[in-house]
Amino acid sequence: MTILALKSVSKSFGALKVTNDVTLEVERGEALGIIGPNGAGKSTLFNLITGNLKPDAGTVEFDGRDVTRVTAMDRVRAGIGRSFQIPQPFTHLSVYENLLVAAQFGGNLHRSEAAHFCVDIIERTGLLQVIEEPAGGLPLLQRKRLELARAMATSPRLILLDEIAGGLTDAECGDLVRTIKGIHRHGTTIIWIEHVLHALTSVVDRLAVLNFGKMLMVGGVNAVMNSPEVKEIYLGIEV
Amino acid sequence: MPETLFRTMMIRGFGLLAVLMLFVVPVIGSRAMVQDLFGVLTLLVLALNWNLLAGFAGLVSVGQQAFVGLGAYTMFACVILLDVDPLWGILAGGAVAMIVAVPVAIFTFRLSGAYFAIATWVLAEIVRLVLAQWKALGGGTGTSLPKGTTKDMWGVQWLKDTLDVSSSAASDALTYWLALVLALGTLAAAYVFLRSKAGLGLQAIRDNVGAARSVGVDPTRLKAWIFLLTAAGTGVCGALLFIQITRVTPEAAFSVVDWKAFVIFITVIGGVGTLPGPIVGVIVFYILQRTLADYGTIYLIVLGLIGIAVMLFAHRGLWGLFADKTGIELLPLRHLPPRSAHSS
Repeated sequence: MTILALKSVSKSFGALKVTNDVTLEVERGEALGIIGPNGAGKSTLFNLITGNLKPDAGTVEFDGRDVTRVTAMDRVRAGIGRSFQIPQPFTHLSVYENLLVAAQFGGNLHRSEAAHFCVDIIERTGLLQVIEEPAGGLPLLQRKRLELARAMATSPRLILLDEIAGGLTDAECGDLVRTIKGIHRHGTTIIWIEHVLHALTSVVDRLAVLNFGKMLMVGGVNAVMNSPEVKEIYLGIEV
Repeated sequence: MPETLFRTMMIRGFGLLAVLMLFVVPVIGSRAMVQDLFGVLTLLVLALNWNLLAGFAGLVSVGQQAFVGLGAYTMFACVILLDVDPLWGILAGGAVAMIVAVPVAIFTFRLSGAYFAIATWVLAEIVRLVLAQWKALGGGTGTSLPKGTTKDMWGVQWLKDTLDVSSSAASDALTYWLALVLALGTLAAAYVFLRSKAGLGLQAIRDNVGAARSVGVDPTRLKAWIFLLTAAGTGVCGALLFIQITRVTPEAAFSVVDWKAFVIFITVIGGVGTLPGPIVGVIVFYILQRTLADYGTIYLIVLGLIGIAVMLFAHRGLWGLFADKTGIELLPLRHLPPRSAHSS
């Protein structure tokens, strides 16, 4: 059953067409990876899904409902969570409070329910040691984990991860992948933009390739990675 | 008992004692002292309101004097034009400030940062110029409360008889107690609000608007609420201030130095974004004012230099510095995880 459907979505900034007639369907419980060179329009696509940007044309459907004109806040409450490419913690709030905001506003949970729910996520994302630390003082890995944890605290049915493995060491990346796999096992649908391909392909079922705002191809991981067109455009290998 | 907890309890006990002593000042203190402390308490109310705006909501308004002036003029209009008790005028001052804050918010919320700050100042000047045209309230030269207004205020006669003082002293005592209740009420309301879901959302907005929106917080709605509520609090305080002053002019009611520069100074040196900050700031300000009162303009230069020094060397103000060094939290806003998190 389809949880997200983009139908002929386009977005331009001035003369630059950043998203060009993109159509995409994501099944419930699926993990989809999105790849493409820098400037391909991947993050813009996320902003169109979350409602931070409104498309010039086309529609966005979530769970069978047209949400194209629905605000970003209401989309979060409907079940679309996201992490940012550059971590954006609430710096003066503790790790626990960062999640508490998300659980109370995005997840519509009462304070008492939210408290235990947040601690559970913090435990699952490996942040228990820093639960009371101000988020502004966390190192990169923990900031990335916090991005993931805070998005989880909104109780999303669809979670959008934007280059969450970027800048991490192999060991840190491995840890994060295990956490994401755990989230996926719980039934959350994932769409993941990533340049760290070994991390991405170890989690996702399908890959979508964007280039100059256009959807180049969508398919199984092997089919996409072995495509001559993808190799040439994305990996820089001349075929 | 850990040392930090002991010291926190000591400071809270001292604070409680200070509040009790403040309540009996009109009974045991001189009239000059009552008037002095009235000024301190009203500045504290203004600073608490500005701190909520700038320190917790990230709305650095430099036009809050508009609401002081609106509160003052509304109270004068109630007394002179409608012939009602000035105490009703205080409530009307808060209501009018809140109503005027609606179009101000609609206009200024389209802007952010320095542009927002400048817009609030411009609007404050517009309000001042408009009210300066109100002939019934004296236009540009202002007007005074009718003779005997403060003596006929609700409760003054009773206080006069009970305390066995003059009508003027009883009037001062009444406005003093109202200022004290307003200051304590504002502090309590700010604490309860900041500890609530909305308060947490507001602090998230201050830290990162985009991220707050991404977790379901509606920044415009929350900011609008805090803007309207602080406008009402500032308006109430403005009306109360001018009951004691008894004369209003556009320059005094919309004074940039008294209701903006001093308020920002108090909040900054005390600690922006901390609840006890304005209390510490107003105490320091009062001491400096008393010490440097005879030095004319040097007084303002010294205040400015102290403000700059605090901003450079103690970003969270004197209270922030003290709290960081000692670990003491007088009015803790932090939400602690349930105990199970520590035992996991």
